Amino acid sequence: MPNAVPATPASLLVEWARTAEGGPFSSVGVVDRVVYECHDPLTTLAAVAEATERIGLVTMVVIGPLRNNAVLAKEAAAIDTVSGGRLTLGLAVGARAEDYTTVGISTKARGDRLTQQLLDLRLFWERDEVAAMTQGPRLLVGGSSDVSFLRMARYADGYIHGGGPPRTFVRAADTAKTAWNELARTASPQLWAQGYFALGDPDTVARGRAYMRDYYAFTGPFAERIAEGMLATPQAVAQFVRGYAEAGCDELVLFPAVAELAQIDLLAGALAEV
Amino acid sequence: MKVTVVGAGPAGLYFSLLYKKARPEADIVVYERNPFGATYGWGVVFSDRTLTSFREADYKTYIQIVDDFIIWDSIDISYRDQVLRCGGQVFSGIARKTLLSLLHERCVELGVTIEHERAVADVGGLSGDLIVAADGVRSVVRDAHADRFRPRFSSGRSRYIWFGTERTFDSFTFAFRANNDGFFQAHAYPFDGQMSTFIVECDQASWRGAGLDRGSEDESIAYCEELFAPELRGHSLRSNNSKWISFETLRNKSWHHDNVVLVGDAAHTAHFSIGSGTKLAMEDSIALVNALLVKDTMPAALSEYQLERKPRVERFQEAARQSQTYFENTRRYQHMEPLQFGFHLLSRSGRIDYDDLRLRDRHFVGAVDRWFTASVADTETTPAIAAPPTFAPLKLRTKTIPNRIAVRAERPEELGAAARSGAGLVLTGFVAVSAHARISPATPGIYTQKQGAEWQRALKTIAGTCVAITLGHSGARGATRARTDMVDVPLGPGEDWPLLASSDIAYTRRSQTPVAMDRDHMDDVTEDFVAAARLARAAGFDLLELHMGHGYLLGSFISPLTNQRTDSWGGAIKDRLRYPLEVLEAVRSEWPDELPVGVALNVSDWAPGGTTLPDAVAAAQALKEHGCDLIRVLAGQTTTAYSPRYDAYFLTHYADRLRNEAGIATLATGDITTVDHANTIVAGGRADLCLLRPL
Repeated sequence: MPNAVPATPASLLVEWARTAEGGPFSSVGVVDRVVYECHDPLTTLAAVAEATERIGLVTMVVIGPLRNNAVLAKEAAAIDTVSGGRLTLGLAVGARAEDYTTVGISTKARGDRLTQQLLDLRLFWERDEVAAMTQGPRLLVGGSSDVSFLRMARYADGYIHGGGPPRTFVRAADTAKTAWNELARTASPQLWAQGYFALGDPDTVARGRAYMRDYYAFTGPFAERIAEGMLATPQAVAQFVRGYAEAGCDELVLFPAVAELAQIDLLAGALAEV
Repeated sequence: MKVTVVGAGPAGLYFSLLYKKARPEADIVVYERNPFGATYGWGVVFSDRTLTSFREADYKTYIQIVDDFIIWDSIDISYRDQVLRCGGQVFSGIARKTLLSLLHERCVELGVTIEHERAVADVGGLSGDLIVAADGVRSVVRDAHADRFRPRFSSGRSRYIWFGTERTFDSFTFAFRANNDGFFQAHAYPFDGQMSTFIVECDQASWRGAGLDRGSEDESIAYCEELFAPELRGHSLRSNNSKWISFETLRNKSWHHDNVVLVGDAAHTAHFSIGSGTKLAMEDSIALVNALLVKDTMPAALSEYQLERKPRVERFQEAARQSQTYFENTRRYQHMEPLQFGFHLLSRSGRIDYDDLRLRDRHFVGAVDRWFTASVADTETTPAIAAPPTFAPLKLRTKTIPNRIAVRAERPEELGAAARSGAGLVLTGFVAVSAHARISPATPGIYTQKQGAEWQRALKTIAGTCVAITLGHSGARGATRARTDMVDVPLGPGEDWPLLASSDIAYTRRSQTPVAMDRDHMDDVTEDFVAAARLARAAGFDLLELHMGHGYLLGSFISPLTNQRTDSWGGAIKDRLRYPLEVLEAVRSEWPDELPVGVALNVSDWAPGGTTLPDAVAAAQALKEHGCDLIRVLAGQTTTAYSPRYDAYFLTHYADRLRNEAGIATLATGDITTVDHANTIVAGGRADLCLLRPL
């Protein structure tokens, strides 16, 4: 969903989710950022939960350490309950210091805080006095250091890959499976990933790239590379999706870089080629 | 645009000529502190891939370089009075002097100004739209902004010295020699058809043993000439102001600051054993020029250069670090037969594996296969054909494991499928020796007749594959929930049971605090292990493994992080081992002599203050003396706070060290997923078995 594309009206988000539900999609995803013109991810999903019936609801990701653990447990429980268990809560530490500064939280030890948060969330969802439910939402974690893979394997249901071509996912998935296996976890980790797209005429594609450069401006010169990685043709989408599917990705969330409903049909069309 | 280049080495000159060629209007001045023609070092080596990038960057210098090249396609390994040759390695060498003079000429031809004998005293006084710091590893330009570039040096542990020689090697040659003083190696390669570079390297003990730390330059030359007389064939070694030094690896946090950018040795160094710094330096120059041409602004260009180059160089440095570590520890491998020694050497950096080597030289790898098969069969006759090492059997006591691949099967009902996978060894998951030894209510056990019968039924369906049972006691990690959604979450009150451990340290903040074991507890637990071994024997297991890692009960005695006892079961490694050895001995007396026993051992806790590698080697030796035949190498999980390493070969390095220092068979674990991985590990003598991670 385009919840972090500036000037997207809230009404479009609900419409977006409804349209996606009518298409070949299994979930809708939202991103999180404090200091940027965008809609809050959890509030957005709450609205979408009410307006849809089938489609999965994914945060990809919520910057966990910015939120109070008990309150986040309650919010997530509410969305999961009202949607009939459709929520997948993806968490990570985020990449922007200014989000932390603005919220008034130090970036120090944010990894440890995320670890504690994962444990707290599960326990809050079990305990009567906070947000008890029979089964909490699926918990996924991102991050690329070895310690984040360990955190994922100890406390979460799976891994969220931060983006990039399929070969980068292959490496990350290998590490996730190794970390999981080392801890003798049962079954195997969920492996989720993401990408960006803007399909259509050159102007639409250019607007998409401009958005990506703006959204990722905080990465400095790297923003240009991220913008270049945006999927801009049906062929690029098909290649990307096939690459991820072959690498064992369980769910791939494609974010629009242009907030127009027409993008959903264009994406569905590209997927029909896969 | 005005460009100031500091340093007229390959990086500075190549950058200058490439940029001047692309932007003839640029005003480029190169300052060099040395006089024209003064050069240090002998030859420079390039791979064929590097040459391709030179061809694209500047065809004229490429042709000149190639005209002066010496090309060879093999690596010779001189070891124990024989020379092994492995082909298919395309390298080329050139005299550093020749390279510099042709780069210099091309710069002058294109209009670059080069000023020799111009040392830069005042870095702040340098002017220009761009200042290129190409002034080497001791870069004054970089050091003037050290707070921005943040250079970090790390010193290698061995000592080495550069020589030249008129002995013309026709390949890249590694020569190894043992004597009463220690173990030494030479790295030699040709560069101009008349001379060769000859580097001698050794660990510090050998260096001191030979008196090279005290001797003069002439004495060093004489010593090395005698040591490597067979390789030098009567030629002498020539000094070039040669000194014994330790290799310094340089990394910089940032490669650019304002309008100053680092290239070549000023930015990074990588151990000489996997390639020359000149190759990296010239690749830097190409990348920097490309970035300047593509980007509109200086900050964007310099960022682009760093984004492009830094990750590549860091990967190269990682491979170089592994190669360097190998050469610092060659003494460890001197017991190996030549073909295994050679294979281990060629696959040392993690960049070349078994399949790569087979592509380069199938005869060499075929010889390794045949030697390996013969050595396992313990016969003098080398077979005419042989399968890759992974498919050679392994004999432990009287048991023959049909091949070198192990897989896991957590529960009795999974054994059959695992045995049909083709693996030579099936290893159960953690099997508890008592109800209180379980990790969770779902942990399988072998402490009742009924459980024994269940394992026996499963084993009856298996033929040809060996099956090992891992016996364990959970210790401080007991009474937790099954690992469906989290790990180490304690069971609620009423569902749990009392915990035992070496010391009364809770595993997590929420965990129950275990009771520090007294003598009676120890006797009880030992008896549980013995009873479980009896049931395992009756069930028909081929191999029994004791779990002594991952923070479980026996492991909690071995790690200083979890063993804080002040009695005779705590303290030094031999005392921390006392109880685990007692259990091993008791189990060994119950378990038949003709069947092997293994131990799953933490080689590192990946946490400060944890088990050290020397501790682990001592533990492996003691375990071996007490009847252990195989060590499965584990790391981490002793505590919840640790920094893991998940890269493919990381745990393999531990297996390698234990196998080659303690002289015990090892089972490598970690991110091993292919037979190629397994062949690389087994053929190189790094481990004897490989546990495949499920895909």
